[in-house]
Amino acid sequence: MVSYLRPTSLAEALDHLSAANQNAPQPVILAGGTDFFPARVGRAVDDDILDLTGIADLRGITESDDGWRIGATTTWSDVANADLPPVFDALRAAARVVGGVQIQNSGTVAGNLCNASPAADSVPPLLAMRARVELASAKGRRELGLGDFITGNRRTMLKPGEIVSAILVPKPRKEAHSVFLKLGAREYLVISIAMVSVVLEVENNVISAASVAVGACSAVAQRLPYLEAELIGRRLNSALANRVEAAQFEALQPIDDIRATAAYRREAAIVLVRRALTQLGKKGA
Amino acid sequence: MRLIVNGKPHTYQGSPAKRLSDVLRDDLGLTGTKVGCNAGDCGACTVMIDGHQVCSCLTAVGQAAGRPVVTVEGLQAHGTLSRLQTSFLKHGAAQCGICTPGMLMAATDLLAEVSKPDEQQVMDAIGGVLCRCTGYRKIVEAVLDATRTPDLPEVPEVGTAVGARSLKVDGVPKVEGTEKYGADYIPADALWLRVIRSPHARASFSLGDFSDIIRKYGLERVFTAADVPRNGFAIFDMKDQPVLADGIVRYRGESVVALLGPREAVEAVKPDELPIHYTPEEAVSGVIMAAAPGAKLVQADKPENVLIRGNVAKGDIATGFAQAAVTAEGLFQTSFVEHAYIEPEAGWGVRIGDRIEIHASTQAPYMDRDEVAGVMQLPPDRVRIVPTACGGGFGGKLDVSVQPLIALAAWHSDRPVALVYTRPESMASSTKRHPARIKAKFGAANDGKLVAVETDADFDTGAYASWGPTVANRVPVHASGPYHVPHVRNRSRALFTNAPPSGAFRGFGVPQAAIAHETLMDDLAGKLGIDRLEMRYINAIRAGDLTATSQKLEHSAGLAECIAALRTQWQALNTEVEAFNARRKSLRRGIGIGCMWYGLGNTSISNPSTMRIGLRGDGRVFFYNGAVDIGQGSNTIFVQIVADALGVSMDRIDYVMGDTDRTEDAGKTSASRQTFVSGKATQLAAQDLRAQILRLANAGEGAKLNFDGAVLTVEDGGTVRRLDLATLPRLNDDGDVLLGSGRFDPPTTMLDANGQGVPYATYGFAAQMALVEVDTELGTVKVKKIIAAHDVGKAVNPTQVEGQIHGGIAQGLGLALMEEYLPGRTENLHDYLIPTVGDVPEIEVIMIEDAEPLGPFGAKGVGEPGLVPTAPAILGAIRHATGVRVAEVPVLPHRLHAALKNLPQAAE
Repeated sequence: MVSYLRPTSLAEALDHLSAANQNAPQPVILAGGTDFFPARVGRAVDDDILDLTGIADLRGITESDDGWRIGATTTWSDVANADLPPVFDALRAAARVVGGVQIQNSGTVAGNLCNASPAADSVPPLLAMRARVELASAKGRRELGLGDFITGNRRTMLKPGEIVSAILVPKPRKEAHSVFLKLGAREYLVISIAMVSVVLEVENNVISAASVAVGACSAVAQRLPYLEAELIGRRLNSALANRVEAAQFEALQPIDDIRATAAYRREAAIVLVRRALTQLGKKGA
Repeated sequence: MRLIVNGKPHTYQGSPAKRLSDVLRDDLGLTGTKVGCNAGDCGACTVMIDGHQVCSCLTAVGQAAGRPVVTVEGLQAHGTLSRLQTSFLKHGAAQCGICTPGMLMAATDLLAEVSKPDEQQVMDAIGGVLCRCTGYRKIVEAVLDATRTPDLPEVPEVGTAVGARSLKVDGVPKVEGTEKYGADYIPADALWLRVIRSPHARASFSLGDFSDIIRKYGLERVFTAADVPRNGFAIFDMKDQPVLADGIVRYRGESVVALLGPREAVEAVKPDELPIHYTPEEAVSGVIMAAAPGAKLVQADKPENVLIRGNVAKGDIATGFAQAAVTAEGLFQTSFVEHAYIEPEAGWGVRIGDRIEIHASTQAPYMDRDEVAGVMQLPPDRVRIVPTACGGGFGGKLDVSVQPLIALAAWHSDRPVALVYTRPESMASSTKRHPARIKAKFGAANDGKLVAVETDADFDTGAYASWGPTVANRVPVHASGPYHVPHVRNRSRALFTNAPPSGAFRGFGVPQAAIAHETLMDDLAGKLGIDRLEMRYINAIRAGDLTATSQKLEHSAGLAECIAALRTQWQALNTEVEAFNARRKSLRRGIGIGCMWYGLGNTSISNPSTMRIGLRGDGRVFFYNGAVDIGQGSNTIFVQIVADALGVSMDRIDYVMGDTDRTEDAGKTSASRQTFVSGKATQLAAQDLRAQILRLANAGEGAKLNFDGAVLTVEDGGTVRRLDLATLPRLNDDGDVLLGSGRFDPPTTMLDANGQGVPYATYGFAAQMALVEVDTELGTVKVKKIIAAHDVGKAVNPTQVEGQIHGGIAQGLGLALMEEYLPGRTENLHDYLIPTVGDVPEIEVIMIEDAEPLGPFGAKGVGEPGLVPTAPAILGAIRHATGVRVAEVPVLPHRLHAALKNLPQAAE
């Protein structure tokens, strides 16, 4: 008989994990279920399950002086409906195009990170926001940069006994604007062919910090440091897109699959980044 | 665990990890919540928890404990339909109805939060629910209209049913969630079957001893090929597809063995533990490989991998092309397309004495009966097929799927036996649209008139015959398009490959052929400097013209009228598009036109329908309807026809659908034949019954029938004759006191060696135009508008005609832009894309009623015609926008992007 535990406190969840750590396989950690159940079509659910959704403290977005804390069971809809500053515009836009509303109401942002799909829509916005991941275990907590947390296609640094307890988003130093663009072959319910997210921090209409992230064009979404460097110090205006050059995208390693060719993905990423910068440029004086 | 569903508390004691959808259906009996994919891809299982829509298939029941859950069964207040449900009825927003509960729940969530939503909000709210029937437009209309007090149309006055927008006669259960589909009323004591399928496209295999597996999991039995009395099924006498593979598998997804046992037991079995030992072989993939000299054979007794060849030759094409001022030619290719009905194949059966009774979702109960009887080596009258509601078919449920295995297992069991396919199983094992590879050449004279057409079409028919023969026969008849052409040679081949069987899919190969003929029509128009619409108008086949098979069209050939109906908007949109494109660079708009024709019913093969209508002793009319309504609305069409042909009100008529013990054979629901063929049989049956009544009353033709309970008064001029029906002798156990019968078989002839003759009694015609916007930097296409003009003979129910056309257009759009089935890679509804609500544009339907004298009240079929011209119209519009002549579908963004880069001017 499989076990199903739905604790109401994180401590209880972590104790359960550390107890389970000894002999048996790790329980599967369940939140929104939007990746868990699709992986089990046509077969019995025979996993031991640790369901985090009963832990009230894990859900919701809280703000502190340093930044925001997105609890592990915060859903896409929670993000989309929250009152958040423009640095979150990208993540909120992503939240509205993940699956349908049903998925957005159940699926969690942290779960999307843990699933670590190359096409995870949360990763480019959160990378561009320089988000960190908080991991909790019975032994304590640790933090990793999101770029360090996801190590490959469906691979993360999560260790046995650990869960992702929160996503931590630092406060931008200056006024920040963000945008997210997704490309798919249909309007709703679509897995991204490519998506990009850009966050620009601006002071006196001059870009003081820039982060540009591209998803679905490599095993893990990547930032584009050469382009970012090129943007810093530029004025926020409609000419920004002219700073984009193909060479800045060379680190991407897109693949051919059923959705698109590698060559197309690379070019589409360039187009999307140009458009994202054009959109943000319009916010300039 | 305490659950609160629709305000009522329930105690649940099973696993908290069970999907909420399964608990609702299996433990609480609330089968209104549908399961289409179990993966969050289709939204059919949408319910509300805490007032918010979620997929119940992605929710562990443990997560729902103590929280209010609302399902479709909870939408009614005190037995009254909600305004939204009423609006769905009024707008014809439910066709097959399988997505309806999910749509209703998603929209209910929206309406609770936004009292007067706009169209974008509606689309965003229901964007997570897939519908394969309606093309979504009527669903959006219904949600928008739900904020007003609904005004349902009255039941039409006697004599005015035909032509009325009357409500679906089976609409209420669909919006209530009480309609019963294949998986919905499986007896609780049923054993379950699970089919183990080949992971290889081609392999030989051997089976070991299953006794350990049977013991370990507590199975009842494992069925293998050796257990099947006649291990083959297929149309006609081909019977080449085994119920369970016998040592050789020929496609990925083919049935190998079937496990029978309690549901939990069969579901727990891990396929890699089973003693099945495969030796994979190199698969024959695609028609080029299949036709190559020395190619490996897919079926050892089918030389050259050829299933069938088709041929139509008229005149002399050498003479014809010699007269041509211009010619155009090309090679056109299409992909496997999946039906993607939202209801996977499902049913159950039971042995009753020496008979088998099967309840399953089907398009063809009588063919199912005969196939099951053949497989079980029983006389057909010992098999009873009771069709459930069908949650979408589109041709995919013409072939048997679950039926033979249910019969086999039920025969050997003292309990009912159920089989419900999973979504990946449905997609891997079921038939597909034939991939086509079509070479075509068209020639026209200087005045634009076509002089010669030559086409050669190769179809990938997959591993087994299925409906491949009908595609290969139908396409050569249609491949030169709906045009008058003096010299024609059209040839086709269906070739076996190690792929899923290609079978019947809305249009039987004609949609593929239309892509070829319409692209070449655009080519010729361009070369001749003739407007693309006018080019078609010049050539449109008209009454009095000879078809490619030298059939003279006598009546109801309304293509020219359809084209003419588009002309004004065509010219206006052309101007608008030019203005738009002059202002913009990366976004380009274009318009395109597609024309079609489609022979209704079987190709040169008898396809009769027989219908019976009884008058009961209590004054009710009972319609013994042998035709299955798969959502397209034939139940309603027939009741409208019965009402007017008999002279009674629609609400006096009850019916049974497709039960092979209670009806006569009305053929299969395919080839757009039900309104035309079965509708005619229905009309004849009603006329027969009316004649009997009038004879009994000694009344004349124009007499009026008035019912007062069991008393029927027949009013003829000043004479009134009173018939007390309760006193008449009963003709049967059903209680009929009079019984009318009608049979219709559309008049056709065999085709000769050159394919000449009368393959169909009548044809549907249509012209559609599309407006698209292409993002030339990304290669994406947004269809902005479709205007569809269809010659339907007579629209028996305009709402349903529009519904068929909308749905066909959505599928045509999918064919053109996104749908490509790749075995092993797209066996789910997130890797295989069908259009969502956001992809289907505004659609304007123009109905041309060029009456067909053979049809009931002049009506023809419209089921397939909606789909055929859409892809050509979209492709023409893309070309108009960008200059890219598309010869391969689907035009996925990366393909269009690559083609845009290859344009000559792209090098500038």
